[in-house]
Parts: sequence; C-alpha cells; structure tokens
Amino acid sequence: MRSLLYVTTFLGMIGLAFWAYHENYKTQAALGEVEQLQRDIGAARERLSVLRAEWAYQNRPDRLRDLADINFERLGLLPLRPEHFGLVDQVAYPQPPELPITDPVDVSSAGAQEP
Amino acid sequence: MIRTPLRPLARILEARERGENPDAIERENLRIRHEQMRDKARGRAEGRLLVLGVMFFCAFSVIGVRMGVLANSEPSEPRAQVAGASIVAQRADIVDRHGRILATNMETHSLYAHPQQMIDREKAIKELMVIFPELNEERLRKDFNGPRKFLWVRKKLSPEQKQAVHDIGEPGLLFGPREMRLYPNGHLAAHVLGGTSFGREGVHSAEVVGTAGIERYFDEKLRDPAREGAPLELSIDLTIQAAMERVLDGGMRLMNAKGAAAVLMDVHTGEVIAIASLPDFDPNDRPANPVNGKPGDSPLFNRAVQGVYELGSTFKIFAAAQAMDLGLVTPQTVIDTSPPMKVANFRIGEFNGKNYGDQTVEGIIVHSSNRGTAKMALAIGARRQQDFLNSMGFFKPTGLEIVEAAGGKPLLPPKWTDLSTVTVSYGHGISASPLHLAAAYAAIANGGRVVPPTLLKQSGPHMGERVMSEATAKSAVQMLRKVVTEGTASFGEVEGYSVGGKTGSADKPKENGGGYYKDKLIATFASIFPTNDPKYVLILTLDEPSDNSGDKPRRTAGWTAVPVAAELIGRVAPLLGLRPEVEPGQQAGIQLTRN
Repeated sequence: MRSLLYVTTFLGMIGLAFWAYHENYKTQAALGEVEQLQRDIGAARERLSVLRAEWAYQNRPDRLRDLADINFERLGLLPLRPEHFGLVDQVAYPQPPELPITDPVDVSSAGAQEP
Repeated sequence: MIRTPLRPLARILEARERGENPDAIERENLRIRHEQMRDKARGRAEGRLLVLGVMFFCAFSVIGVRMGVLANSEPSEPRAQVAGASIVAQRADIVDRHGRILATNMETHSLYAHPQQMIDREKAIKELMVIFPELNEERLRKDFNGPRKFLWVRKKLSPEQKQAVHDIGEPGLLFGPREMRLYPNGHLAAHVLGGTSFGREGVHSAEVVGTAGIERYFDEKLRDPAREGAPLELSIDLTIQAAMERVLDGGMRLMNAKGAAAVLMDVHTGEVIAIASLPDFDPNDRPANPVNGKPGDSPLFNRAVQGVYELGSTFKIFAAAQAMDLGLVTPQTVIDTSPPMKVANFRIGEFNGKNYGDQTVEGIIVHSSNRGTAKMALAIGARRQQDFLNSMGFFKPTGLEIVEAAGGKPLLPPKWTDLSTVTVSYGHGISASPLHLAAAYAAIANGGRVVPPTLLKQSGPHMGERVMSEATAKSAVQMLRKVVTEGTASFGEVEGYSVGGKTGSADKPKENGGGYYKDKLIATFASIFPTNDPKYVLILTLDEPSDNSGDKPRRTAGWTAVPVAAELIGRVAPLLGLRPEVEPGQQAGIQLTRN
C-alpha cells in the first residue's frame, strides 16, 4: 500500500513536472506571439496614421472645392445656401402604383370599343 | 524467505546422542544469522550512501553549472508579461469638432553626412544639388571638405527624395528616422494651429515642439505619453472654417482690404467654431518671424486675436445696454442728439457732420449717433463704465488657448477722463481684438452672461457671471436687429436668418501719433444670428477696405464689412445646421416661446 502511494506520488510529480515544463514553453511561445502581434499592431497603426493623413490630405476642403468646380457640369454641386432649403410639401413623392385588378367583372359593354 | 530454525531438531537429537551441548548449535546458528543480518544492513547502507553521494554530486553539479552560466551570461529580466499597446506617435493629433484631422504626424527621414566616410565628395555634392536645388553648393563643399565628422544636410525628406539620395550610392550619406508634423489642410486654420519645429535632435529621432498657436500652448499636453495619443479635440469646424476663409478671402479682395479677420463663436458654450485672419500662411512651412516692416503686416500676425484695433461704433451697444440695465433709459427714451456738444473742449461730431435731432435710444443705435451714445455714457459715469467693460473682458487678454492670445492685450486710455468715457462709448480710445468683441457680443446674445471664448470642444453651456439682466440683453438684441432692418447695416439682411448687428468704422490712428488717417479705417461688423433665438456671433473686420465700385471710394463698414458678413452668414448658417426661417412679423404680436 505504501509503495503504491510512493509510486503514485512519484508519477504525479513527474506528471506535474512535465506539465510545468510544457506550460513554461507555451507561455514563452505566447509571449513571443504577443510581442509579434504588438509589432504588427504598431506597424498597422503607423500605416493607419499614414492612411488617415492621406485621407485628410485628399479630402482637404481646397481640393474638394476644386474637384467640385472641375466636375460642375456632371455633378452640379454648389455651396449650400439658405435658398436650397425646402418644405416637405415641395418634395415630389413618387405616384403610388395602381392597384392590380384581381377580380375583373364582365360588363355588358366589354369590348364595345373593339371593332 | 525461508526461516532457518535456530535449534534444528535433527541436529539437536544428533548432538544429544553424542553427548554434546545442543545450545552450542543454537549459538552457532545465531551467530550465522547475525552475520547475515549485518552483511545485509551494510550492503543497504552502502547503497544508500552511494545514492546520496550521486544525489549530492548531481545537486552540486547543477548549482555549479548554473553559477557558471550566470557568471558568463548577460543579465536579463525574467519575462512574465508583455507591455500593453505602445505609444504610436510622440505627439498627439489635433482634430476638429467632428474628428477630422487638422494636424497629424508622418514618418519620414532626415539626411545627414559623415564626410570622412565619403568616397567621391564632388559627385555627391553635384548629385545633391540636382535633388535639392535650394542647397548652397559652396557651403556644402566647405562642410564636406572641412574637419567636421557629422553634419545635417536636410531635416525632412520625402520618400522620392530619399530614394534619389539612396541612388547616389554614397556611403557617407546616411538617413535617420524622423517624425514630422503634417497639416493636411494646408493654410486652413493656420493661425490656430501655429506650427512646430524640431527641438533636440539626434540621429535616431528628434523632438517635435510647438512654436506657435495651439501647438505651443498645449505643447506638454500633446507630448504627454500618459494621454496615449488621444487626439486634442478643438471646437473648430473644418467645413465652416474653410467656408469662412474662402468668403473672407473673396471679400478682402473685393473690398481691396489689406487684411481681414473673422470670428464665429457659439454664444452659449463660448466655442470658437471658426476663426480666421488673412493673409495667412502654411503651417507646414511656417515662414520665419519678420525682421523688418510692421509686425502687424506679417502673415504670421493673427488679426483676430493679437490685433487690437479701435473697433468704433460696435461699442455703442454696450453703452446703450448698460444705460438700460442701470435703469437710466428705456429703448424708447428720447435723447437730444443735436449739436453742439462739447466735452473737455473737444467737439463731439457725427459721421459726415449729420444731425439726427431728437432720437430714442433705439434710434441712436440704429443711426449710430455719437452724441447720443456720449450722453448715455456721461450719465453712466466713468467708474461704472469701466466696471462694465472690465466684466465684459475688455481689460485683459482673452485667454484663448493659443500663445498669441496673451499678446492681444487691449489698449486702454491711460487716464480715464470724461472725454475717455465719451470716446470709449463709441469705440475710440480703446483698442481690443475682434475676439474680445465676439466674447462681449456673445454675452448680449446669450441673455447677459459672460462666456469665455475657447478653442476646445465643450460638452455643454459654459456660462460665467451675469453682466446684465435678461430683459436688457433681449432689448439690445432687438436694437441690433433694427440696425440691420432699418439702419446702417442694411446689407446685412440674409434671407431666412434674422441677423442683428452693429457696424463700426474707425479711422486708423497714425503710427507716430498726431491724429487719425482720413482714408484708412478699420471696418467691423459685429453680428448676432438668428436674433429670435441667438446662437452665434460673428465678428468680421476688414483692414483698410475700400469699395471702389461707385463714383468715389466707400470705406465705411456698412458698404464693406457688412456685405461680406452677410455673404458669410448665408454660407455658414446652413452648415451650422440652422434652418432658414421666415421671421415672425413685428406686428403679429406673437412671440416665439420655448420650453
């Protein structure tokens, strides 16, 4: 009985040591991966900031104004002015579609127009 | 285990037969057994000693090896975790109120040289001159052939330039990484942003420090790593700022002015939505401070904040408001404005020598009568006038979050005599910046409470102490509205937005004293819109405008600043999200009410 206890304890110790060994290496690997990810994030952020700067530069008001001027014939964009505001009743809503006739009724004059 | 008996019966019987003592057999067997036990115990003990010895040997070997490894290896921190997200940029971005970028950072490179490592200096100089024509060839030659072992060639390079320098193939030309400040919108809001330059420089990095504007004011905050790159949110609206600069530029050209400034401010929060001063500059390439000429003519000069001018008749509303608040007059009190009027032997005249006769207080503001305002100011008295103007912020710099604001200190009369009281009441003898005026008009517009102007985005109203009653403020706004509908600012009418405002045309004082110029003036229009529920103030100032479309040049604010301001309001009000409305008629007898 005692030897069984010793054996199981010993095996347990080996098992735990093996587990700890693996955990250690897994942690190291995870840390390495995190570090790589941080580097990637750093690079991505740098890229993002460049892209944001580029976006801001491309969308600078001067350029947009010039583009609107150049493409005026196509787009007809004008600076927003008070007279461009309208009331709701000035909006032309699309006509509601005619209701489909589901149960046509024969009338005596049907086809009267036809020769 | 087979147990051998100590007294085996067979041998005992045998011994007894032979007449021997059987105990001897037992003793003999006992001895043998003891010997066996002793040998076994020794063997086990030896084995244990061996194991122990091996264990000790292993343990000491491990310790010894470990000590050797420790002694021979570089020390390093044990690693149990990785630091969190690193700081991206050394300087935080500046964004407008909707998060659009006004200033950001870019990775770029600097170019430096190690002349001692150079192979073909002449070729390098020639090639560099092709890439950077602005370099000084002689200087470069002197530096490259001199005793210096290190020198900067260029602080910033574009990627194309870097490649071109790389293609020279000169090992003595080296690159260092640099972070540079970029203002993607160019000239836009240049005076607010200011600019940056490099502080302490090394090969691998350089400090970016603010040199002017908000970059300088919040330099430490922008560089604070604890903020983790959180952008600085301004109250400026990029779109409105762009529209303002555009309209102001057009107005300045049309009116042949040499400079212009405008401030658009929220009357409840004190947020400066747009602020412009022309001429301006590109903060990406900030010009050097002027060394000759008048500093006020430099593009670096911020007319809206630093420029203190006599703002003329725009001040009249303050005298009227104070007189009403003190209960000295009501809007309908009639005051005689006919000549002559003399204060301390100084004749008080009107524009073009007009005579408005008997006028109500309202009429005085509408027609901009100097004498009428002067009489109200005299009734108020010097002390009370000073207190009032002080509470409106006219005695100290505005405190706007740019370094230049501290330079915009109003100029006050050295001795506040009765004559000063009179001239100050119509805006002469006191110089303040357009921003001061904006803050004061905001106090009238928001119902009588001081609101400090700010460039930072606010989350809610930011009201200071009360300087006039709500009723007074309301009457003052109504008077300002009448100035536009029937007075000097008739060009200020913008369809859909009821604009109220006051014009001011002040002759410029001569630089070396001795009176005023006759043909140079500062035209100002201070406006509030919409007057039925004031939300914004707009101050527009033109420096030496002249409308030459008529027979003779017209310079007064009514002809110059007001049309530009009206155009500006028509342009920015829709962008501010204000719906154009048909103003309720005065006779309708219906007041707009709000919960």
